[in-house]
Amino acid sequence: MCLGIPGKVVETYEEHDVLMGKVDFGGVSKQICLSMTPDVQEGQYVIVHVGFALQVIDEAEARQIFAFLEAMDDLDELSVGNPESSAETLP
Amino acid sequence: MKYQDEYRDATVARKLQQAIADIATRPWTIMEVCGGQTHTIVRYGIDELLPEKIELVHGPGCPVCVTPLELIDKAIAIASRDDVIFCSFGDMLRVPGSRSDLFDVKARGGDVRVVYSPLDCLKIAEQNPNQTVVFFAVGFETTAPANAMTIWQAKKRGIDNFAVLVSHVLVPPAMEAILSSPSNRVEGFLGAGHVCSVMGLEEYEPLSQQYQIPIVVTGFEPVDLLEGIYRCVRMLQQGQVGVDNQYARAVRREGSRPAKELIADVFEITDRKWRGIGLIPDSGYRLRGEYQQFDAEQRFAVGHLDVLESDKCLSGMILQGIKKPHECPAFGNQCTPEHPLGATMVSSEGACAAYYNYGRLLRSKGEPAEPYVPSPTH
Amino acid sequence: MTHVADVDRSTCPIPRNDYERVLLGHGSGGKLSADLIQRVFLDGLGNDVLSALEDSATLSIGSDNSPGSDHRIAFTTDSFVVKPLFFPGGDIGKLAVYGTINDLAVAGAHPLYLSAAFILEEGFEIEQLRRIVASMDEACTLAGVTLVTGDTKVVDRGKGDQVFITTTGIGLHRPSYHLSIHNARPGDQVIVSGTIGDHGITIMSTREGIEFETALQSDTAPLNDLTRTMLSACPSIRLMRDPTRGGVSSTLNELAVASAVGIELDEASIPIRPEVHSACEMLGLDPMFVANEGKLIAVVPENNAQVLLQAMRRHPLGRDAAVIGNVVEDHAGMVVMRTLIGGQRVVTMLAGEQLPRIC
Repeated sequence: MCLGIPGKVVETYEEHDVLMGKVDFGGVSKQICLSMTPDVQEGQYVIVHVGFALQVIDEAEARQIFAFLEAMDDLDELSVGNPESSAETLP
Repeated sequence: MKYQDEYRDATVARKLQQAIADIATRPWTIMEVCGGQTHTIVRYGIDELLPEKIELVHGPGCPVCVTPLELIDKAIAIASRDDVIFCSFGDMLRVPGSRSDLFDVKARGGDVRVVYSPLDCLKIAEQNPNQTVVFFAVGFETTAPANAMTIWQAKKRGIDNFAVLVSHVLVPPAMEAILSSPSNRVEGFLGAGHVCSVMGLEEYEPLSQQYQIPIVVTGFEPVDLLEGIYRCVRMLQQGQVGVDNQYARAVRREGSRPAKELIADVFEITDRKWRGIGLIPDSGYRLRGEYQQFDAEQRFAVGHLDVLESDKCLSGMILQGIKKPHECPAFGNQCTPEHPLGATMVSSEGACAAYYNYGRLLRSKGEPAEPYVPSPTH
Repeated sequence: MTHVADVDRSTCPIPRNDYERVLLGHGSGGKLSADLIQRVFLDGLGNDVLSALEDSATLSIGSDNSPGSDHRIAFTTDSFVVKPLFFPGGDIGKLAVYGTINDLAVAGAHPLYLSAAFILEEGFEIEQLRRIVASMDEACTLAGVTLVTGDTKVVDRGKGDQVFITTTGIGLHRPSYHLSIHNARPGDQVIVSGTIGDHGITIMSTREGIEFETALQSDTAPLNDLTRTMLSACPSIRLMRDPTRGGVSSTLNELAVASAVGIELDEASIPIRPEVHSACEMLGLDPMFVANEGKLIAVVPENNAQVLLQAMRRHPLGRDAAVIGNVVEDHAGMVVMRTLIGGQRVVTMLAGEQLPRIC
């Protein structure tokens, strides 16, 4: 539904017997509850809504649309953020 | 930001815009359910980039907008008490009640605080043992796990000076209410991405079959919306029904099992009144018996309140996509974000506010925008 | 089968028109602030100078009142109520000095003297006051101004949030410059001196309930050296403003209305730090509405834009300067932005207080 943004889990810990984590959102970080994503690993990305991680982001699925457009059209024109990168080397 | 910037890329957006234009041979009316999606559409000017024959109508996926007037009035009454610290998401503070709003309560000396996460309330409760912290638990299924966890923790940690005013609403019953209305114009849905991150796709399949309508669960970035629209138009053109998942990077078919278990532990389904629409059976959550001690309505026995309704606001018709904000006679003159008549103008997710804030006052009718060609410097 | 209740029935409350009491939104630099100024202050006190609503007043002192006279003074005042008092990159004292200096500097004037009035709450620690004063002294020295007079009042505990500071500044206008918010013309370019939203987001990062960890700092700084450099390189600058509360959008909307012109912005050109962008995304805030401190907006004729930009970028406070848009004849009084994906969006003024949202 609402405002959920992607962030990177940089560490995990327990607080009051609940799984918590420090999540980095491109330069700002916050303590986020990870109880909904108990299997998340450090380095993975999650969608965060009101201080809770809802899901771990599936990297393969995330690339789908770009792969789809490549297949549909010319690859050269695609410049996703960095003009030198191609879809295979998304940062 | 990774997983965000690439979904705002102009070149990718242009390709999708072109793809939509290429396959759409007939007019279609598509509704995006969620307020966050409405926000993106208007903020990036997406509907202006679509061919004229594709019409986007905005749905009732704004939990702030649909919270009943009676509940806002109860919130105001509770927040006005000296022994209460009233906590809320920022969205709720300016929603008008019958006579006043939470901002007003703050101005008159009430302790009203904005929180980012419901868990912050537990900290505040522990720091203020002589006050009761009341949290306005508003939201769709997306926010329910967070609220459930907070209530569950309050019970586990014995935090008794905490209560919740619950106003949870559910998406599938709302979609059904729209589809079953005689004045329904919606032919395809963009499903609410984060609601489905929690709940999964299963409950949308019967809806899709019963009403023979495609539902494409969609994300919130411009590329997500455009891809969702593309996929929906493609299904419509091909006469396909069913549930499609555009937002697969964050939505699994089964949703989030831990989240659903937590919700089921703390909440049960109940009838709910939707502001602007009316009563929809089995369309909300209330606290289960074992958690009733945290119910603010019971704890504060707010009782019957005189609710003042007026006639000018068309929020109801806008929430169902029957009218557009600029078709309301009050839009932009009597009703503006500073002087809102109804919730759809107050909430930044409400269609009216989105339209107003992103300047639809001067929206010209009928002319599709030129495809945008990014300049080489970008 | 469920069916929707009668669709013609509306359920809306009585409209709220005039607020009877002051709200926080009245101080946020957006529409409510503008409304309060018009309805209460201008209505009660209006005169030609006040009603022009420039960042500082231009006054002529002495018998020679011609526009080219050497006796045009710039005069301005500002109050500072920021909490917390000390934040990454600055404190209330620094803000109080730089804020007032900047209002003079963006008018094209040379800031000279400040006054400072303190309202102290009973119980406020003197050690903290000492720190603030030391910071103000440092700020005055850096900016080249002298604080020449002041006042102190103390109010009962609970009646004043630790300390409020009001500074008033006087500067000298240079004879050849006549910058004004009414000067913008179609064809002009709009330049920002650096990244937007740094100050507001830094303050927000310390707010209880929404705090987050970041290395971000407030951008508070004295702009008078930058403005001197700018005017030297480009005497044809039409106007400059410092976009503080209400953000860049308030400033641009004010100038669009005052000059009766439209403004077109290019979202992709607006400089913003990744941390500010991320914090705004997380809290659901629009960076266009977030407060800035050591930043300015300049409007300049098209032919001179590149020269000005290069001069700014050579200055430490203008390294990230960028052209973010241009002035047009269309949609006078409105600011329109071309979004990242090519659509259009109108950038309105903040209605009241910008709050974090979940939707």
